[in-house]
Amino acid sequence: MNRHLLSIDELSRDDIERILRRAESFAEVSGREIKKVPTLRGRTVINLFYEASTRTSSSFELAAKRLSADLVSVKAQGSSVDKGESLKDTVQTLSAYDPAGIVIRSPHAGAAALVSRWTSASVVNAGDGKHEHPTQALLDVFTLRRRIGALEGTKLWIVGDVLHSRVARSGILAFTRMGCKVTVCGPPTLIPRGIETLGCEVCTTLDDLGDADVVYALRMQRERMTGSFVPSLREYAACYQIDGRRLGPNQLLMHPGPVNRGVELSAEVIDSPQALITRQVESGVVVRMAVLYELLAGHAAPAPLPEGETTEPQPA
Amino acid sequence: MSEERRPSVGRPSTAASASLEHASGPAATVLVRGARLLDPRAGIDGTADLLIRDGEIAEHGDALEAPDGAEVVEASGLHAFPGFVDPHVHLRTPGREDEEDLDSGTRAAAAGGYCAILAMPNTDPVVDTAPVLRSLRERARAEARVPTGFLAAITRGQAGEQLTEMAELGGAGAAGFTDDGLPVRSAGVMRQALQYQRLAGGVLALHEEDPSLSGDGVMHEGEVSARLGLSGIPSVSEATMVARDCALAAYEHGRIHVQHVSARETVEALERACAAGVEVTAEATPHHLLLTDDAVRSLDTNFKMNPPLRSEADRRAVLDGLRSGVLGCVATDHAPHAREEKEHPFELAPMGVTGLETAFAALHIGLVRPGVIGLDLLVERMTAGGEPFGVPAPSLAAGSPANLCLVDLEAEWEAGEAGWESRSSNCAFAGRRLTGRVRMTIAAGAVAYRERSFALEAVR
Repeated sequence: MNRHLLSIDELSRDDIERILRRAESFAEVSGREIKKVPTLRGRTVINLFYEASTRTSSSFELAAKRLSADLVSVKAQGSSVDKGESLKDTVQTLSAYDPAGIVIRSPHAGAAALVSRWTSASVVNAGDGKHEHPTQALLDVFTLRRRIGALEGTKLWIVGDVLHSRVARSGILAFTRMGCKVTVCGPPTLIPRGIETLGCEVCTTLDDLGDADVVYALRMQRERMTGSFVPSLREYAACYQIDGRRLGPNQLLMHPGPVNRGVELSAEVIDSPQALITRQVESGVVVRMAVLYELLAGHAAPAPLPEGETTEPQPA
Repeated sequence: MSEERRPSVGRPSTAASASLEHASGPAATVLVRGARLLDPRAGIDGTADLLIRDGEIAEHGDALEAPDGAEVVEASGLHAFPGFVDPHVHLRTPGREDEEDLDSGTRAAAAGGYCAILAMPNTDPVVDTAPVLRSLRERARAEARVPTGFLAAITRGQAGEQLTEMAELGGAGAAGFTDDGLPVRSAGVMRQALQYQRLAGGVLALHEEDPSLSGDGVMHEGEVSARLGLSGIPSVSEATMVARDCALAAYEHGRIHVQHVSARETVEALERACAAGVEVTAEATPHHLLLTDDAVRSLDTNFKMNPPLRSEADRRAVLDGLRSGVLGCVATDHAPHAREEKEHPFELAPMGVTGLETAFAALHIGLVRPGVIGLDLLVERMTAGGEPFGVPAPSLAAGSPANLCLVDLEAEWEAGEAGWESRSSNCAFAGRRLTGRVRMTIAAGAVAYRERSFALEAVR
């Protein structure tokens, strides 16, 4: 595996399997009373967030802490970033603390890749513009695998605003790599031209949603509603909302959060046992622990993980 | 109410190689020995000596005698071409002299084999009044290494609303008019500019895109933008505006020049317009002839420019347009940017790449070497850029003013390895191996550039 996690593109199916197995072992730790392991003791992880984020930043924080790393969180607001410091200068300044890892969230595509050129730390992309959100895709795969086992041949529909979604881009790549058949569905104004070259089918109505084993609804960002992408919230919900009528009893439901109740999902499906939404949040911590472990611990202690090995990390 | 302020009506600027300015150097007397002379327009193609006397091409022949005081240049193995003409350069002066100034920009031009360039008016302040234009021309007379012409804006402040004093600007020596960097959004304003052209003269050079289609796009809309999650600029943003402006030009019997054509649909629209007799010329850039949006996968900001690199089908169509002549010339759209501005995430970086120093060599290795186009066609299109603006193409024919470059087609070099003459380094070809090195450029009768190592050899 690469020294950085910038894009799902860089991961082979084996790499993904390896992260998932590692996450399984951390899931076991998470079940214990003391959830901490000493793996990254004495190492520094910097969370550099240029965009508001609750669940991604908190789950990275928790992941780093449970691995016993020293954590510094830098938010764009209230830092030198507001004083006009460039990304390059900020990264070079933070790199002077000799971090083992930098987790970056940015509103701009390619920011994580740029950061990786300016630092000797391992860089984790926690979302770069509309480009990618690889740890989200990994936790989604992890969540679904835990629920249904092997994903080969699973039919997954990604529904909503694909145009503005990094979750969709990373998700298409990760799920197809794991053998899923992915269909994206949404208003024609919110489906990017050429998206099918990522290996997915494209459709613009929910007529055939019954084919899906799993429905992955995307967050419909309210600020997009004011543009001319969709005529109204009402019409969007009428055409694309996943509700009890549209979601079949054997279909599973996923969503990256936070949910707009009554827009992309109706309340009844959010609270149904088919919804994996809270499972996804739980998986966020262990999958991010696994990613940090694979990137940061690997160099000091190159202990290859044997097939099926799940118990390597020891509780502190 | 001085004489100066009155528009000089009725003196159209179209006639105007005279509108180009440079710092006059000593008229060269040079004997170029044994170069392969190639001037497709004049039907010259053969190895001979070429004598330049007092800045003028005196004669070609075998074993010519060097006049007293002449510099003798041993040029066997080199090619001599008419100097190139670039109708589309950003010299960033006034306003951003940290990125380029008249000295550095024209040095870069001379190093690329250019003997004349036309600068765009989207500076700070915009070249939209005669005083700004006059002061630039005056500076060019002091600083420019090669003859440099200046276009003036079509609309005040390039705001797209009110026409500039085009007649006065024409009289003050504007080489043409353009709002380059921005389209003339309003069809009504565009129509008025075409009507007013009858009074002011000067071709209207057009940066074509529809802002409502380009939106916040930063690259070509297609597979790669879908993959990267970057907002796309669709091809039709350019093509629909070109179709609009061709229709307006036909209706008003105006003359337009379409800048930096990037899309297949645009080439098709131009073909239709040309066939219908519209007076429209157009240019193609080296980067649109050689690169596609695939390069943007790297998110290297030296591949960010407007119009953007497009698909392979678009690239081929632009190439076909260059071959057929619908795109009659090569233009670099040389657009220097400060390093710190390009060291940003792709979406934040400014659009534009430099190109004067690499245009010929990049096209030589990319198109001529593999046999895609002939050397004669490339030379013809590299020298034709002034014609839409009334600047005649340079010639190697005896009796012509000496405008030529000596090029070693066998020389292989890495773009940027020895630095740049330009103040900026944001070149789309930086780091690439190129073939065809300019050894010497003579512009308007004076030596404008000598490659360092070549200068030593020539002296010996």
